[in-house]
Amino acid sequence: MDYVPHTPEDQKEMLKAIGVEDLEALFADIPAKYRLGRLLDLPAPLAEQEIWEHMSSLAARNRLPGATLTGAGAYRHYIPAVVSHVVGRSEFYTAYTPYQAEISQGILQAIYEYQTMIARLTGTQVANASMYDGATAMAEAAVLSAKSLGRSRLLVARSVHPEYRKVIGTYAWANGYACAEIPFGATGQIERDALRGLLDDRTAAVLVQSPNFFGVIEDIGPLADLAHRRGALLVAGFTDPTSLGILKAPGDSGADFVVGEGQGFGNPLHYGGPYLGILASTEAFMRKIPGRLVGATVDREGRRGYVLTLQTREQHIRREKATSNICSNEALCMLAAAVYLASLGKNLKRLAALNVWKANYLKEALAALPGWTPLFTGPVYNEFAMSCPDAKEANRRLERAGFIGGYDLSKDYPELGGGILLCATEMLRREDMDKAVALLT
Amino acid sequence: MELIFEKSRPGRTAGTIPASDVPETPLETLIGPDLLRDALNLPELAEVDIVRHYTRLARRNFGVDVGFYPLGSCTMKYNPKVNERVAALDGFTDLHPYAPEAFAQGNLQLLYELAGYLSEICGMADFTLQPAAGAHGELTGVMIIKKHFERKGQRRATILIPDTAHGTNPASVALCGFQVMTVRSDAEGGIDIRHLRELMTRDVAGLMLTNPNTLGLFERNIEEVAAIVHRKGGLLYCDGANANALVGVTRPGDLGFDIIQLNLHKTFSTPHGCGGPGSGPVGVKRHLVPFLPVPRVVKRGKRYRWSEDFPHSIGRVRAFYGNFNVLVKAYTYIRSLGAAGIRRVSENAVLNANYIKERLRGHYQLAYDRVCMHECVFTGERQLQESGVHTTDIAKRLLDYGFHPPTIYFPLIVREAIMIEPTETESKETLDQFCEAMISIAREARENPELVRSAPLTTPVRRLDDVLAARKPDVCWTLC
Amino acid sequence: MAKPSPQDRKYTKEHEWAKADGAGTVTMGITDHAQELLTDVVYVELPAVGRKVRQQEPIAVVESVKSVSDVYAPVSGEVIEVNQALEASPELVNKDAFGAGWIARIRMEAPAELDGLMTADQYEEHIKASPH
Repeated sequence: MDYVPHTPEDQKEMLKAIGVEDLEALFADIPAKYRLGRLLDLPAPLAEQEIWEHMSSLAARNRLPGATLTGAGAYRHYIPAVVSHVVGRSEFYTAYTPYQAEISQGILQAIYEYQTMIARLTGTQVANASMYDGATAMAEAAVLSAKSLGRSRLLVARSVHPEYRKVIGTYAWANGYACAEIPFGATGQIERDALRGLLDDRTAAVLVQSPNFFGVIEDIGPLADLAHRRGALLVAGFTDPTSLGILKAPGDSGADFVVGEGQGFGNPLHYGGPYLGILASTEAFMRKIPGRLVGATVDREGRRGYVLTLQTREQHIRREKATSNICSNEALCMLAAAVYLASLGKNLKRLAALNVWKANYLKEALAALPGWTPLFTGPVYNEFAMSCPDAKEANRRLERAGFIGGYDLSKDYPELGGGILLCATEMLRREDMDKAVALLT
Repeated sequence: MELIFEKSRPGRTAGTIPASDVPETPLETLIGPDLLRDALNLPELAEVDIVRHYTRLARRNFGVDVGFYPLGSCTMKYNPKVNERVAALDGFTDLHPYAPEAFAQGNLQLLYELAGYLSEICGMADFTLQPAAGAHGELTGVMIIKKHFERKGQRRATILIPDTAHGTNPASVALCGFQVMTVRSDAEGGIDIRHLRELMTRDVAGLMLTNPNTLGLFERNIEEVAAIVHRKGGLLYCDGANANALVGVTRPGDLGFDIIQLNLHKTFSTPHGCGGPGSGPVGVKRHLVPFLPVPRVVKRGKRYRWSEDFPHSIGRVRAFYGNFNVLVKAYTYIRSLGAAGIRRVSENAVLNANYIKERLRGHYQLAYDRVCMHECVFTGERQLQESGVHTTDIAKRLLDYGFHPPTIYFPLIVREAIMIEPTETESKETLDQFCEAMISIAREARENPELVRSAPLTTPVRRLDDVLAARKPDVCWTLC
Repeated sequence: MAKPSPQDRKYTKEHEWAKADGAGTVTMGITDHAQELLTDVVYVELPAVGRKVRQQEPIAVVESVKSVSDVYAPVSGEVIEVNQALEASPELVNKDAFGAGWIARIRMEAPAELDGLMTADQYEEHIKASPH
């Protein structure tokens, strides 16, 4: 199946208009020795029905779980039908970046509304139209901090998602920045004294996550104060955006940048992508933050309208002086998030509360099992870390029953002496939690 | 049109939350009041009003399904609907990235096979599917270059980039701590070989080339370019944004490139989504495979698994594995087309661009009078000299004719540039209608320049004041 | 057409002007020709007061909707004042590049540098020869 409309007659007519004999002649600039004399070695083409059959059977080779007990950066939340409906409109999904504003007012207004919603949720003044994912959003905020301050040291909390720390490490290596780790304590939160000791005049940014990888909620205010006292910036990250439904906005606690993963707002798990990087900041960084920004303005007849603005921050104008190279983003995922937030509205609070109650229920049920204790004493959102007799065996039992178990902490946090990270969202039914506990007894 | 906030009314709801089947302990006792927020300022609307709001927004938006986008360098081809249907299969949408490998064999097989298909198409040894976009792929590619020289114990400070390059090229290079040095183009629109020879030293890590370049022209001296770079131990990077001109006809690997990034949302038909998500896989020759990001899919017998066992990898460039759902669509596209279909892509993309070039050459100044590849570059110079009408005015007037304009003011070396890339999925009638519109506008520019300068006239808004938007930025609604 | 370059000051190749204020300081800005090339200025990134600059070092950034341009220090010295009015009204650079659109005042380190710059007539020749 292919999508070229031309018949041989069409092609003949067009070749005649161009004045060449055949299609070969149009490739004359390619030296003959480089022209493939053969067809590529790929499977034979398929008719649409065959495509459907092949792809269905490939998808069926996957196994969908009865319940998912892992979060760790990607969350199974219920997606209202209205979200899929809106992002399925082909005026949205087949559209290009809205550089031609007059015919793109639809998405431009939607982005402006999204920017507003995110700024309100995060307690900031500027939110961009998306980054690739939470990890790169955090890494780019780190790079921007370093470039803005002319400093080259980054302090990254060990309780930030391990993959996020690796990505920050890769971006730091590329730019020649040094990274040091901030430890966590018995509560699971950052050790403030340790942070105070680590801060120095070379530090550009302190990067923290709340709720952190262990699900523990940080008190951002004091962390921001410590950073600011040494002239450093505070980057507050998150991996489950629904947490913003009940938690204090990081911007209100003094964070300079709020970054995170927006997948939990209306985007499927999708085996890891595409996801949605959220990046928001104080007004001070409005002319420096990466990514696209939509601004309100008026047209020649005074009508309100929206345009991509402050484009001089971006690579197509600043080129090698740009602080980021980002061009394409995750616009459609952002649209899903916007519709999700519009649909839930203030019910986001109850959604978030339900997550807390479910996780609390599971945690208490597991804590009653011999050998199972919470690893940390700090307050949690919808994830929690437990020490248990044998995390691998626990997951084996859960998987045999068709569940996706918890995240085994031994590889990333060997110092915890064996532990498991579990997540309960609003989609985890009580009967599944009871079943899980029974399997682990 | 009102903002969603202006339509909000207290107490209205759309999304409902189920009753709790677990105890509803007060949050203050579980979390502590200091960590909780006071207010949540989100809009409150009934579902019908939300749907009407977004439906009206959709109707104020142009997409490939609405009309033609002759955008040079963007490859706005048709997005096949079967790809959308396939990508919506539960098996592809519902799995957590940390699902045990036994649960994800279908996904792992898809990723493994896709990397193989892209390797064959590009003449490379292997591909990473991790980067989320073309620019992200460029960054990954430059990091691989950096790691390659680190392993050799060589400190090379510079990467060469042609003056026709897309802005992401120098930005990506700078983000990796390299200096950018610009190579001039010659009078024919190719790389100036003398200038390249002058700049290529052992302090240069490599040359980043788009082929065909952003003028739509194939780099005729590619063999010599590759030799010059390789002779001094440098690497040749291909920005594969223009791969639509070459797929099935030639392979970047065969032309001498060591690394390439592709844009799946361009060449491989995945939808642009108003600016994303895209996907920017990076392919490399054998000697660079050790540096690819981790994790990578490996196959043993019939089983697939993730492996991080690559000690010289550059590491991770994002969390998880890549824009998986986008990769599903690209995979489906390649399986649909097969080798014959892929060849038809470039043949017809190049045919369509040359056809437009012929039809418009009498009316607009051609930047380079050569057979073009999948895109052609004109300038609005004649219209500017004759009637003071700028390329931007021509572009805005095209909106009144129902077309998205071509790419304008790029590449930078062509003044008043107009870059047209029709892609292979447009019928002759569409191409003719577009050409007739452009010819009509050329006539309007001569006879009624004021009309063109005041365009667009029939769109939901007239020309917008982007100076005001930049002087007094309003990026967040604060009134309610 | 750009306004004629005032005689009372000196000029650089990069289209900056520097006007001696008397007490060993200069006021600087960009020329009317430069603002014409830039088109509508939307933002000026001003240097910090107290910053020391070398001659020809980038001292400020002027942005239009479609471009970003570095502004280079015409002389070496210390920035003693910046034109705060440009924050709210960057368009002053377009309206009155030689007057209200001034960018900064510098206390000169080496006043002889001023002598090495172009006169108004020399600058006019310079822009005639290279319109870009």
